[in-house]
Parts: sequence; C-alpha cells; structure tokens
Amino acid sequence: MLGLNKKDTKFLLIVICLTLATPFLMQPFAEGTALAQFNGGYPDLMQRVAIFGIFAIGFNILFGLTGYLSFGHAAFLGVGSYSAVWMFKLLSMNIIPGIILAMIMSGLFALLIGYISLRRSGIYFSILTLAFAQMSYNLAYSVLTPITNGETGLQVRPTDVRLLDGANAPDYPNLFGWTMSTSYKWELGAHQFTFNVGFYVCAVIAIAAFYLSLRIFRSPFGLMLRAVKSNQQRMSYTGLNPKPYTLAAFVISGMYAGLAGGLLASMDPLAGAERMQWTVGGEVVVMTILGGAGTLLGPVLGAGAIKYLENIFSKINESVLHSWFSFLPDGLEDAVVWLFARFTGDGWHLTLGLLFMAVVIFLPGGLMEGGARIRAKFGRRGDIDETGAATKTPAE
Amino acid sequence: MSLIKPTRRGLLKGGAYAGAALATPTFFTSQANAYTNAPSGGKVTLGFNVPQTGPYADEGGDELRAYQLAVEHLNGGGDGGMMNTFSSKALKGNGILGNKVEFVTGDTQTKSDAARASAKSMIEKDGAVMITGGSSSGVAIAVQGLCQEAGVIFMAGLTHSNDTTGKDKKANGFRHFFNGYMSAAALAPVLAKMYGTDRKAYHLTADYTWGWTQQESIAAATEAKGWETVKNVLTPLATTDFSSYVAPVLNSGADILVLNHYGGNMINSLTAAVQFGLRDKQVNGKNFEIVVPLYSRLMAKGAGENVKGIFGSTNWHWSLQDEGSKAFVKSFGTKYGFPPSQAAHTVYCQTLLYADACERAGTHNPCGVGEALEGFKFSGLGNGDVEYRADDHQCFKDVLVVKGKENPTSEFDVLEVVEVTPREQVEYAPDHPMFAGGELGKCNAG
Repeated sequence: MLGLNKKDTKFLLIVICLTLATPFLMQPFAEGTALAQFNGGYPDLMQRVAIFGIFAIGFNILFGLTGYLSFGHAAFLGVGSYSAVWMFKLLSMNIIPGIILAMIMSGLFALLIGYISLRRSGIYFSILTLAFAQMSYNLAYSVLTPITNGETGLQVRPTDVRLLDGANAPDYPNLFGWTMSTSYKWELGAHQFTFNVGFYVCAVIAIAAFYLSLRIFRSPFGLMLRAVKSNQQRMSYTGLNPKPYTLAAFVISGMYAGLAGGLLASMDPLAGAERMQWTVGGEVVVMTILGGAGTLLGPVLGAGAIKYLENIFSKINESVLHSWFSFLPDGLEDAVVWLFARFTGDGWHLTLGLLFMAVVIFLPGGLMEGGARIRAKFGRRGDIDETGAATKTPAE
Repeated sequence: MSLIKPTRRGLLKGGAYAGAALATPTFFTSQANAYTNAPSGGKVTLGFNVPQTGPYADEGGDELRAYQLAVEHLNGGGDGGMMNTFSSKALKGNGILGNKVEFVTGDTQTKSDAARASAKSMIEKDGAVMITGGSSSGVAIAVQGLCQEAGVIFMAGLTHSNDTTGKDKKANGFRHFFNGYMSAAALAPVLAKMYGTDRKAYHLTADYTWGWTQQESIAAATEAKGWETVKNVLTPLATTDFSSYVAPVLNSGADILVLNHYGGNMINSLTAAVQFGLRDKQVNGKNFEIVVPLYSRLMAKGAGENVKGIFGSTNWHWSLQDEGSKAFVKSFGTKYGFPPSQAAHTVYCQTLLYADACERAGTHNPCGVGEALEGFKFSGLGNGDVEYRADDHQCFKDVLVVKGKENPTSEFDVLEVVEVTPREQVEYAPDHPMFAGGELGKCNAG
C-alpha cells in the first residue's frame, strides 16, 4: 500500500493507531487519584509531543542517515515560527498559508546555511551550524527587532491587517473555521479524555511527515545518504558527488524543522527568540539519540519522553512531594523530600541527564534498542532494522 | 506474523468506521460549563506563574511567598492581613464564593515561550481559572495574550512597561502595578530640583518592551525639564557583565547615567558603574549622578553600598505607615521573618482584588469578574485611594519617589521615601501617544 512493502505498511498502520490514540495513552490514570499527577493527556503537551516528533523525524533524516550532526536546527524552527505568525498578521488566521510559508522560508534559509556549512564535515560542520544558530538568535533578539519584536516576541493583535479574513473570521488560528484550541472532553467513569482539534491537526501532519521519512529511508536517495555516512571518500572515488545529496538532506530536514516551527506558532500564535537558541537545537539532538538515531520511530519516542519529563517532572514541586511522603516521620520526610526535590521541579534536567547517560552507556541504540532487547528476551527474534528495532550501528 | 492485506471493500469499510469515529466527539458534551475551568467540587484553582530562575528570580520568590500568604488569608487562616483594612468587605475568609482556594505554581524563566507553556499547562491540566504573576513585561504581555485566548482572567504581577495596559492591553488582563510613564512623571520634577535643569543624560536600557517604554517615558519627562539625552544604548536582558557598556559613558560628555534596568540587571550594571568610579567624577563642572527609574528593596539589597543616595521610584514600600501597609508587613513578617518587597505587595493585592471581584460579581466567569473590576474604586491596600480605570485596566494611585538610604539601620532598611507624588500628577489620557495603538477587545470567557 502507498508504495510500501507489507512489513512497512503494517509498521505505518501501527504508528497511525498509536498517534491517534495518544489522548488515551497519555491519560492512563483516573482523575482525583494521586497518580493523576502523571497524566499527560492535555492538549498543550500532546501538541508539543507531536510537533517535536516532527522536528526530530526531520533531524534524523540528516543526522541518522548522513551522520552530519547539526546544532543549528533551532534556527529553522524559529524561522518557521516567525513566518507563520507574519502570515497570521498579514493574510489569514487560517493556518495553511502560515505553514506553507514557514516551510518555504526555512527551506531557503537551510539552503543558504547548508551551502556554506557543508563545505566542511565532522566537528567543523557542527561548529559552523552552531555559529549560524547563535547568529540567527542574536539577529532575532536585537538586530531584527522590527520584524521579530525582540525579547517580547511576535504576537498577533486584533488590529492586524489579515487581508483574506472576512469580518466574522475567528480571531485565533484555525483550519477553515475549526479553532486549534477547541477541545472535546469525554468523561468515562473517573477518567477524562481530551480530544483537541490542534492536536489532531498536528497528529495528521506528523503521520504524513513520518510516511515521507519512511519513503526517504527506503529510497535510492536514502541509500546514497547512508553511503555518505559509512564512507564519504569511497563514495567520491566511485565517481559520485556527495555534496548534492547532503545538501538535499539538510534542506529537507530544515523544512521539517520549519514545519514544526510553523505548527508551534499555529497552536500558540507567538514567536519568541528563545526558540532559536542553540539549546533548543541541542534538545533535538538529545531527543534523537535518546530514542535511537537512524531508526524511524526512535526520534519520535525520544521527543515524547523529553517533553513528558519536562512538563510532568518540572511540575512536581516540594509541596507535592511533601503530600506524597507525609506518612514518614518528620525528620526523615524532610530528608527524602529534599533528595527527590533535586530531581524534580526545577531539577528535572538532572533526571534527564541521568536518563541520557544511562541510555548512551547501556543502550547505545537508544530506547529502540531497549525495545528490541526486551522483545528478544521474550523469545521473539528482534528485527534488526529501523522498523521496530535498533540498527546494528550505534549512535555516533 | 499476521499481515494486513487491504482490499477495496475493506478499505471502504475502514474508512466509514474512521469517519464515524471522527464524528463522535461532537456527541460529547464539549461546553458543559459557561466558561473555561469553572470551579467544581468546592474548590477553585489559581495559577501562580512566577520566575523561579533567571535575572528576576528574587522577585519571583517573594511573589510566591505573598501568594501563599494571600491564599491562607482568603481561606480564613492567619491574621487576615490586608483583608481587614480593605475598603470592600465582600471577602469573608471562606475562600472565594465558598470555594476553597487552591493553587498551582509554574516557572516563567523570564522567557515568553516558557511562561506561555507553563500558563497553558496550568489552564489545560490543572484547571486554573485565573493566572497571575510574572516579573517581566515581556512575559506579562505574552501571558496576557494567552489568557485572553484561553478565556481566563490575567492579574498581572510586577510589570512596568507602558505597553501592558497600552498597545498590548487585553480585556481579560488587569494591572495593579504602576508603569514607566508614571515613574517618569513622578521622578522628573524631583530630579530637576535635585540635579538642576541643564543636565546631559546617558541611558542604558534593557532591550525589551519594558526598557523601551521606560526609556521613552523618562527621556520625554526629563527633556521637558530641560535635560538633554546624549545617547541610549540597549543591553540584552541576559547580560551579566556591564563593564563594556559602562566604559563609554565616561567619554560621552554626559553627567547623568540613567539605568533603565531591573532586578539582577540593575544590580550588575550599577555595581559596574560604581566600580568604574562614575559617582566620584566631575563632568561639566557638576557631580556625576546615577538614576534608577524603577527601584525595589530586593535590588537595593542586592546592590548593597552602591545604592546610597540614588533616586528612583517604587510602587510601594514596607516602611509606609498607613493601616493597610502595616497590617500586610506584620502578617508577612510573622510568617517569613522579613518585610515584603513591592513585588510581593502588588501580587498580594491582585489576588485579593480578584477574589473580591468574584464575590461582588457572584461568579468566576471572566466577563463578570472583569465588569466588577472595571472602574472599581478602593482603598486600604497600602496605596491610598486607587481606581482600576475601565478604559485600559490600569490602576491609578500615588507613586513613591525613593532614595537609597545613607545610613541604613538594618539590611531591609535600605530605601527612604523622598516624596509621595499624588495620583493627579501621574495620570494620563487613555489615548496618550505612548499608550495608543491597542484596543481592549471583548472579554473572552472561553
């Protein structure tokens, strides 16, 4: 189906089911119980997981296939966001023009940065992209203030032009009248599930993005990109020029990042310069490696894991911990709370760091390798390819 | 392994099921309540979104303490604080409208993106019916926009930019704190009296909405008194080392340095300026002076010795002797062991004002609460007679001009009030050029 073999079709269908069932999967606990703290099925987090999933899928096309490690992808995310918000201001609150311009602008931007950065490989390439990201951040933060509104961030206002919108068009981002923030709640006993329009828009686009990346992985073009990773010199000696392939991969992954940025702005119409900071570019690297670089599903899992940790663990503050450990004697309670407070709340980065170290040391192939090992343990032969299991080559 | 072999019939059938499944959500009750996050189960959740990391973390920490105190008082605990001196007597100490007040907290990191994400999760996950807090105008404007979209009330914390109730004002947003224009209007006459009318000023300005409007206001007000603005240099908010910005001041011919900085920024820039010996210099035959338009006790404490004799303005100071201020300082001091800052004061007032408006409106519905707040006149909250102007949701009240104390008696006694500028002197028309260009829009209840 759709140009895929049977195994990939099945894989794609599983991914579609998982994505569409996210509101259930991320909301496993009943409301009002102590474990409800760990529910993540609210619109903002689900949207973020889908959007950063797209970001990581795109990043993986460059890093997973060609091995070029870019620290500058946050710049494309930011360019996408700014383009989308400008479309909301000038043309229409319908998200379609915004997303299209986001992809075009980030593609052009990626072409420029890629053309220059790809003159070098390895660490020099990484440093060049890092430098470009930092430049873009500073441009957005202070130099280009008239376009980006600096630190305050670019926002939509009721007084904006919006050429295509009629008098009765919604004031918030929408898809032909469906506002992104609309949610339907379904109460099932003590459980409560939220179905959000914005999330399903992101989810459908994420599935399309995933399908495209699956096709790229399986195509002769994908094979060329793998050749670049395994031995670029040998590729040159056989008479093939790797440059156009790497540049194409760079632009494609840049456009994925732009798409993610455009979607971020569509879910919440504000574009801030922090989005372009290199730490965001570093975050997508961590997501990809945590999930499993070079695998198809890994980056999405990595994105989900990090966004979940960020949003749920950072909410567990000391008063929540006190309510958990109130059964302990006073002195002991304070000690235990102090210890846990280092790893939750503001300290969630510490938890992430430990998790990341554990994965890199014990599971070089990321969470996907972990999954494959578990499956192998239960007697099923782990498929050693990108569809369900880890690659043989660890992340670099 | 079972393989999926799609047939045309199978696909059509699947499509029909999928279509039916997609249509089902419309059967669910989506808008059971009249407004976003209507309280249920006898409790109401408020969202306190404050900076816990970054250059304004000190202010954020103090805001959080004041919020906890306010919640305690609203629920009938403690000594009641300013609830006893507040001119409106709608609050009974049994929560808000009989609902017990609970709260969730979030970290804005003083970044618009992070602040919005944190506010969003408080509204969507925790069911907060009101968001309040923040110590930066960039963040306040971003979160105010979000609350307008989500249909909850935003009670701004410490935000001093003209834009918050100027071109970025929103129907769901309310500000108790004063603004850059008011600071400038209060400060300029005092500066002209102290330092003369033929001064040359050099501005260092935090590069975001607050810095821009603060600088614009103070430059306009001092120029009206005869001062000349030599130069204005924008500094990024994340700057910690200001020496490269301070060094050029010496050769600019200016004899006044205006630091449009706040929080950690101001502590660092003032310290750099003092280390460069600016305050001991003579320029154009006059003593070189430094001015900090927006002052707070936390900043003055952070900058230590360097603030002595430096003029600025503030929204409130703990040494005020009216009944409201005394009650607040007493209950805050009893709970935490030190006096509150102006950030703590403004957020405590905002929480009480919100609760009171709910009681008077008889609902948590943002539109009803907004109506109750618009044009509301009150006193007893430490600033004398105050009015929430209906045109732009800005509070109008007296402004304090303060000076770094020469002989502090304790580590908290670092500022002295030089003048209480009456409200009439700092008032402006809602369509003043510095505030024009925005509109409140309609209140949104979600």
